[in-house]
Amino acid sequence: MVAPTKVGKWSLGVRTWLHYRAETFIIPAVALLASAAYFSVFLICLGKSPGEFFFLIARGGFGTLFSWQNTLVRAAPLILTALCVAIPARMGLVVIGGEGALVIAGFSAGAIAIPLDQSVAPMFITLAMGLTAVVVGACWIGLVGWMRHARGVNETISSLLLTYIAIAIVNFFIEGVLRNPADPNRPSTKAINPDAMVGAIPGLHVHWGLAAGVVLAVLLYLLMDRTTFGFAARIAGGNPRVAEAQGLSVGRLIVTGCFIGGACAGLAGFFEVAAVHGRANAALHANYGFTGILVSFLARHSPLAIIPVACLFGGIGAAGGLIQRRMELPDATVLLLQGVVFVTLLASETLYGRLPFFRATQDSHT
Amino acid sequence: MSDLWSALTLVLIALLGGIVRVSTPFLFVSLGECLTEKTGRINLGLEGTLVLGAMTGYAASYLTGSPWLGIGAAALTGMVFGAFHAILCQLPRVNDIAVGIALIQLGTGAAFFFGKPFIQPTAPHMPSIALGWWSSNPDLQNALLINPLFPMGIALAIFLRWAFRNTYWGLIVRTTGDSEPAARDLGVSVNGVRLAATSIGGLLAGIGGAFLSLSYPGSWNEGLSSGQGLMAVALVIFARWDPVHCFYAAVLFGAAGAIGPALQSVGVTQGYYFFNAAPYILTLLLMVASGRSKRAARDMPRELAITR
Repeated sequence: MVAPTKVGKWSLGVRTWLHYRAETFIIPAVALLASAAYFSVFLICLGKSPGEFFFLIARGGFGTLFSWQNTLVRAAPLILTALCVAIPARMGLVVIGGEGALVIAGFSAGAIAIPLDQSVAPMFITLAMGLTAVVVGACWIGLVGWMRHARGVNETISSLLLTYIAIAIVNFFIEGVLRNPADPNRPSTKAINPDAMVGAIPGLHVHWGLAAGVVLAVLLYLLMDRTTFGFAARIAGGNPRVAEAQGLSVGRLIVTGCFIGGACAGLAGFFEVAAVHGRANAALHANYGFTGILVSFLARHSPLAIIPVACLFGGIGAAGGLIQRRMELPDATVLLLQGVVFVTLLASETLYGRLPFFRATQDSHT
Repeated sequence: MSDLWSALTLVLIALLGGIVRVSTPFLFVSLGECLTEKTGRINLGLEGTLVLGAMTGYAASYLTGSPWLGIGAAALTGMVFGAFHAILCQLPRVNDIAVGIALIQLGTGAAFFFGKPFIQPTAPHMPSIALGWWSSNPDLQNALLINPLFPMGIALAIFLRWAFRNTYWGLIVRTTGDSEPAARDLGVSVNGVRLAATSIGGLLAGIGGAFLSLSYPGSWNEGLSSGQGLMAVALVIFARWDPVHCFYAAVLFGAAGAIGPALQSVGVTQGYYFFNAAPYILTLLLMVASGRSKRAARDMPRELAITR
């Protein structure tokens, strides 16, 4: 669980370091394969073909250029919401409220665009929306960190409660004062100016949110793994009392970490509104935040590993519709599969340091 | 003036009925969680158990025609889910909070997956006891149609408090929660006690779920629970691990949840979504207010990882 510090890494030697890395890669992969195996048995019990199921995931998620685009559009918010779990996790916090930060920030972005619509240039509308979303998201999860530090409130519970509160606030406004009367079918805010929408990355048909997610993941990897701040955060996460004794301000680290994570989730909300839906409505609450929790855990809270894992789950999500139509399975199939993967993954934590291949090298050094 | 007066009476009566109905699932989940946390483990997965219990209860009631069999099925499912949590958590290095989050996802995923065909049909509901026979007011009679699970929950709360304090089993549970080494020294199987407590906790949460789908609101849909199981977990912390306090807290949460519908019954629809959020906001405020309190620190089972 604890990443090796620089000192530890050299004293253990490069070979062990490689083993350690291999272990953190192989065990999650084994967990994924095991979940696929359980799920296959489950599908056979239901009289469905597991072969067809996984073939459809491969085709619907990664088979064609079109499906790749669909996958990447889903991977973008997953990277960002997973970062909202991963960064606080380095401080030892289990924050699961990314969904709420995404929803409230996306809504704020959609709401700020309304009064600006005719008065300023489209570019400034986009800018204002982005800023609002990032600030709102950051404060939303920052509040979780503050409550944890100042009042000892459990961050897991408070962040999930805040998600329900965020959804209620957004429903209150989009079905009330901010509801667009011109859109009778679905309660939404007024559509944002098409010129203020975020476009696609040239040649990809995938919006810029993907690029933002990848760049942020790399930057946050550098921040958490290559700077003093990240080192301090890991100490605070490993043992807050030691960190306090070293003169680190644990509270500031916790709130900053939550702030960064919330900003990422807020950015996901911004792109959902400004690049996908074009307005704030209930479609924001699309479980990206919850899937992001699984993505981060599977990536072992490493910002770099989050990118491929987010693509994998983006692909499974993208294939969901195809599976539903072809195999006549309910739309909750993807949700159930994710639950199975999550439980198996956590159970696999127990394997660290106990697999025969890895145990030999670890024993020789301890 | 008399209009206002009668409207106020109506709201209060609706609130009274609402409290009894809304607080019952809170009561059952929080008693289950209280028992689990007393042994030093936290099961956040009860939110998933609640949803799964609601679905299985509704499905079993629809398929067999008996709501009591529905409750039985929900209780059994809850127990299996609780046992699953306990078994996963006894593996070394496996974190109980993280497993709880995973079980929330697995439980809701399974409930939505299997529950699709049961959203439309109507299952037989649980019968209620008419406690309003003495009154001629039809609204009051309606409000006092009480589900038998509510008094059972109160009895269970009182029994649990008594059992924690006065019985051999209560002592074992408390010892396990306060100090694993001490429990081992007494020859107690720590994992066994936690397995039993978490299973019974899951069973109670499953019954709470069946109440949601078979009594109030009384139908199965995917937005049925929306965090009630989680609030019940928070409620246990606020109630400082005392079953009778859990009952008081459940009534308080019931009141918060009943305000919106009660106002709606007299035609106040403004701020419906705001009142919907009232229980969540209340939970959060209570957690902030009671955090770091010395009494909570004293009453907390020492092995519990939640506020460490």
